[in-house]
Amino acid sequence: MPNIVEIQSVSKSYKRDSLTIPVLQNIDLNIPEGEFLALMGPSGSGKSTLLNLIAGIDRPSAGSVIVGGINVGTLNETALAAWRSSHVGFIFQFYNLMPVLTAFENVELPLHLTKLSKKERNDHVRKVLDIVGLGDRMDHYPNQLSGGQQQRVAIARAIASDPTIIVADEPTGDLDKTSAGEIMTLLSRLNSELGKTIVMVTHDPSAAERAHTQRHLDKGALA
Amino acid sequence: MLIKLLIKNSLRHKLRTMLTIVGIAIAVIAFGLLRTVVTAWYAGIEASAANRLIVRQSVSFIFTLPYAYREQIARVPGVETVSFFNWFGGVYIDKNQFFARMACDPNTLLDVYPEFITDKTDFENFKKERNSCIVGSKLAEQYNLKIGDVMNMDGDIYPGQWQFTVRAIYKPRDKTVDATQMFFHWAYLDERMKQDSPGRDGQIGWYVVKIKDPGQSAAVSEYIDGLFKNSRAETKTETEKAFQQGFIAASSAFISAMNGMSFVIIGIIMLVLGNTMIMSARERTREYAVLRTLGFSNPFIMVFISGESIFISLLGGALGLLLMIPFVNGFESAMPKGWFPIFNVANSTIVLSMVCTFLIGVLASLFPIQRALKTKIVDGLRYIG
Repeated sequence: MPNIVEIQSVSKSYKRDSLTIPVLQNIDLNIPEGEFLALMGPSGSGKSTLLNLIAGIDRPSAGSVIVGGINVGTLNETALAAWRSSHVGFIFQFYNLMPVLTAFENVELPLHLTKLSKKERNDHVRKVLDIVGLGDRMDHYPNQLSGGQQQRVAIARAIASDPTIIVADEPTGDLDKTSAGEIMTLLSRLNSELGKTIVMVTHDPSAAERAHTQRHLDKGALA
Repeated sequence: MLIKLLIKNSLRHKLRTMLTIVGIAIAVIAFGLLRTVVTAWYAGIEASAANRLIVRQSVSFIFTLPYAYREQIARVPGVETVSFFNWFGGVYIDKNQFFARMACDPNTLLDVYPEFITDKTDFENFKKERNSCIVGSKLAEQYNLKIGDVMNMDGDIYPGQWQFTVRAIYKPRDKTVDATQMFFHWAYLDERMKQDSPGRDGQIGWYVVKIKDPGQSAAVSEYIDGLFKNSRAETKTETEKAFQQGFIAASSAFISAMNGMSFVIIGIIMLVLGNTMIMSARERTREYAVLRTLGFSNPFIMVFISGESIFISLLGGALGLLLMIPFVNGFESAMPKGWFPIFNVANSTIVLSMVCTFLIGVLASLFPIQRALKTKIVDGLRYIG
């Protein structure tokens, strides 16, 4: 399989006042298309930072992040936003749904950035909500759904625009064991049945076991 | 759906949004009221015609001019019609009932003031009957005056008991025309003066001169004043607009203060809305970061935040405008009659209010937009509000 993600000599540091804090150091990582990769490591090891670089919501201090043949770091803000909308599906630990929108509307949100007609959007949303098992809850607001259900809506939102890659930051971190298991089953299905490339950050070893590959980060370097 | 998100976001904190909307509405009402007072002050200027000149005594408006000037003024090149008026004063019912009462020349009244619309037959009757009068429709409505009613007045400038029979009622051609005035025959006044106060007869207050070409107003004015130079009653001739401006010049500081106040109110609205928008945007820091993560661009976030601000601002503005007219009417009723003969919310006030509320909506969103866009996505996602 060709690599969908190619990370070459990436370093990332943050500035806090006069201090420069290194987070990632000289990372090289290739992720083949269709991979389900779990990034693990202790808090502060830089796994979420690496995920953010792959998702194009942050830029490396040095090196290059190439996703689907595009060097993400070279795109300007507008181009990067457009790139994210069509290539990246993001799943957050705390779901981050719009509280004033229904499950249907939340999933439909990224589709407003596509050229799909209203009917096509409608069909698409229904389909992905069926995939995540929430076809009967599409009119519910986030506060009317359980944590697991909210995360499933978030997954539906992430896959709605058929992205090249799905990035998930601690997708089970806020869920009980049963719900976490359901979410991992769903992610595994997206990978195996729909062929989605998934990069997931997790602390949870049982969640990481569901991935094909596990990589460990420690003090900003891949182990 | 994005508009729905915008509206739902605006109403997320119902109490806060409602208080903001009410605050804006109250400010818009206050703004409208102040603007209406200022407009009412300038109503005379608005109603001025370019082809009318006012000839008055050069020392002061309160001094009279000889009636004999009339023929001389009428012969001035460029003059079309000469009419004249005399302030009467007097007390009708009681001293609190104030409206303009003037002696006039019935034969030329409508020639110089074609904006008074009246029934031809009634006006002919008015012209024929020496102690009759014509009143404005607003005045007639206020005192329930009908054709044939008698208005009894106590004279002050011109002492004695005076009786006038209402023979005609005029309607204003448009909203800028004062419909609270009363006119009667100057000949009736002059006749009484001859009998009761010899020496005060043959005098008028001011001439209203209709000219053929408004472009010649300066030349005609100069010509008229030249006619009476070094006489016992020198004249000062000016356009009707300049004459009206002279009237309100004394209160210009007050008007300026009112004008200033109305724009201070605009500033207050901006602070109120700005505060609400800053709070809202701060609370939604993470949501904006999520939207940007999903691929919504910075211009979209700008439109989204300013849209919410403009939506709230316009709601407040619309509520304010809705309440402004009854409020202004109530204010007018509460004031002594005759203070402001023309007291309407001008179209310009409505347009200005809406434009201001829109601009305030835009301005109040600038800081939240700047903050939302300056925040990095990764920092926004970590934000706990």
